Amino acid sequence: MRVLAAMSGGVDSAVAAARAAEQGHDVTGIHLALSRNPKSYRTGARGCCTIEDANDARRAADVIGIPFYVWDLSERFHEDVVEDFLSEYAEGRTPNPCLRCNEKIKFAAVLDRAIALGFDAVVTGHYAQLRRDDDGLIEMHRAEDMGKDQSYVLGVLTQEQLTHSMFPLGDSPKSVVREEAARRGLAVADKPDSHDICFISDGDTGGWLSEKLSEVNRDGQIVSSDGEVLGSHEGSWRYTIGQRRGLRIGTPAADGKPRYVLDIEPVSGTVTVGPRDQLAVDGLSAIRPRWCGAAPAADLECTVQLRAHGDEHRAVVRVDGAAVTVDLVDPAEGIAPGQAVVVYDGSRVVGSATISATRRMERTA
Amino acid sequence: MSVYLDHAATTPILPEAAAAMTALLGRVGNASSLHASGREARRVVEESRERIAKALHCRPGEVVFTSGGTESDNLAIKGLYWARRSEDPRRVRILSTPIEHHAVLDPLEWLGTEGAKVELVEVDRAGRLDLDAFRAAVDADPDSVALVTVMWANNEVGTVQPLAEVVEIAHAHGIPVHTDAVQALGQLPLEFAGSGVDAMTVTGHKIGGPYGVGALVVRRELQPTALLHGGGQERDIRSGTIDPPAIAGFAVACELSVERQRELAARLVTLRDRLVEGVRREVPDAIYNGDAEDGPEHRLPGNAHLEFPGCEGDSLLMLLDARGIECSTGSACDAGIPQASHVLLAMGSSEEFARSSLRFSLGHTSTEADVDALIEAIGPVVERARNAALSSKAHGAR
Repeated sequence: MRVLAAMSGGVDSAVAAARAAEQGHDVTGIHLALSRNPKSYRTGARGCCTIEDANDARRAADVIGIPFYVWDLSERFHEDVVEDFLSEYAEGRTPNPCLRCNEKIKFAAVLDRAIALGFDAVVTGHYAQLRRDDDGLIEMHRAEDMGKDQSYVLGVLTQEQLTHSMFPLGDSPKSVVREEAARRGLAVADKPDSHDICFISDGDTGGWLSEKLSEVNRDGQIVSSDGEVLGSHEGSWRYTIGQRRGLRIGTPAADGKPRYVLDIEPVSGTVTVGPRDQLAVDGLSAIRPRWCGAAPAADLECTVQLRAHGDEHRAVVRVDGAAVTVDLVDPAEGIAPGQAVVVYDGSRVVGSATISATRRMERTA
Repeated sequence: MSVYLDHAATTPILPEAAAAMTALLGRVGNASSLHASGREARRVVEESRERIAKALHCRPGEVVFTSGGTESDNLAIKGLYWARRSEDPRRVRILSTPIEHHAVLDPLEWLGTEGAKVELVEVDRAGRLDLDAFRAAVDADPDSVALVTVMWANNEVGTVQPLAEVVEIAHAHGIPVHTDAVQALGQLPLEFAGSGVDAMTVTGHKIGGPYGVGALVVRRELQPTALLHGGGQERDIRSGTIDPPAIAGFAVACELSVERQRELAARLVTLRDRLVEGVRREVPDAIYNGDAEDGPEHRLPGNAHLEFPGCEGDSLLMLLDARGIECSTGSACDAGIPQASHVLLAMGSSEEFARSSLRFSLGHTSTEADVDALIEAIGPVVERARNAALSSKAHGAR
């Protein structure tokens, strides 16, 4: 197959490209330039869009022996990922930009262009496994290395997108990938993993949001779940549901126990805080579902994951057109609208949806 | 074997230049040393300087060897600006064009941060300096102009600049003129003395010489302030141990490219016209950018700059590369990150059009077979790139 390897400059995508080439595919490497302002690249090796990263990717392509180009998708990335991230926060939701990037950029804009240019598939260094089922459909499963599993951020991919995707690292532990990179002479072998949001250069999401949203969102009140005003804040985007630290409330709770953010009301800017036991959620509603194959026809007993690297929760999922209802058998804490719920049947990804509302557990005490 | 259509980026070394270099690589001798080996190295350098001077119609003492085009441009612009301003502190303006190479534009921008007032005078749709606007800019306050720098011919669209008129206007007020002639040498008739310019940048690897060597030809009366301080090897304007093999190779390339210029230009014009006609036959809506007229006052003979509406230049380049055909998007690359060409934008192109262009540049090894390979490939490549752009647009609308 003629395949396009998206190379971030990191170790994973380099080894993925090398494996695809070794399997006999005709591989072309590309690096996606995603920052609109090349001068604002972060330094070091923390993200995936510095000039240094582009050079690392180019050097890896040289070593593998494949052609290499840089594609400028910065405008697209800004519109579809950065602006979406900002407007979601402005609305009091907590988006996951990596899912959004996979949905709109890597497996959409890049994949579409690749197909039109005569490629058959896009190869990435994501940790997830693709298998063909008995009917010839592609199933996506969790990676062999659960510590590195990235099926959560790929949960937005449809059958059509999965058909044109290759994840050569899905069956390997990270340590093996690093050793392999060193053995193949890829200089990125010991480059640290990236964890942060790539377009926030110093990793300070709160500070970045304050700067960008300073005119959108104003200060508001911090209230207890009983409605008592406890203090004020300078922008609700500084808070996420489940947050405990940095609330800066003068008066301690009556019982002396720590308080957590329970709710954020974007229009008034009201942030509600309360004790930990009020954080528990046993149900949620979600919108914009995307299914890897067919949508579940009946109530599906399954597991769900509610954030990247989060725990699995047993659940029952009901689908009614574009509306998804999830009853959690195992309650979850700190769930915010805007996050993605990814539905699993065993290790297989069924699909995903964006959380629109949560149902707080009735307190029986 | 690849089809190489990117001679404006760099052109293959002439066998005669390679031979001159390799004959010297094993020899010891610092051209600044006083013993026999040193004198022998110095002889190679000075003979080369004389040969270059003869080829370029300048005096040997006017040839200052540098590491290439970028250093020569920096030396001319910063060096002459500093020298002229220290003679008269009112001289803070530098007049230039927005279509210069980054080796000119970036030093200008940098000088701007330390007090220089840089004015980039507009160009027309063909990419030629607007002389009325230029005259007006000079006349507005001639005493405050430290320097004029205007390239001989543009590296992207090949448009030759009205240098004689620029010199006349500037010299009426005693303002020195620098020109970057990196693309012009070997392709156009070029005489330093006859041109009237005061400083001229040339480089080895664009004319069949080695990389890493070039010269600033600068009139003896001008003493640009040095960028590199040290041994003062080159007229105290430029320091650094002299590289005799590279200079010898550069001299051979310089001599031969000037000697062969007329014949090469005639051959390239024929090939270039074949290329443009052939491509437009396959892709009827392709637009020929730059000056459509031929001749040494109009366009570089080896330059064909074409716009393919509805295509991304990046996609075209990649698809041609996959077929072994090498060209350029003609855009400045910031560490490989593609940007819309500042030259096309200055010529009035929209960002979208500026991104849909390719530069094909021909040189001394170009053949009809090269051109025909491109003509054969271009139709399907453009169609595919167009589909890719459409699918990407359709996606954006979803």
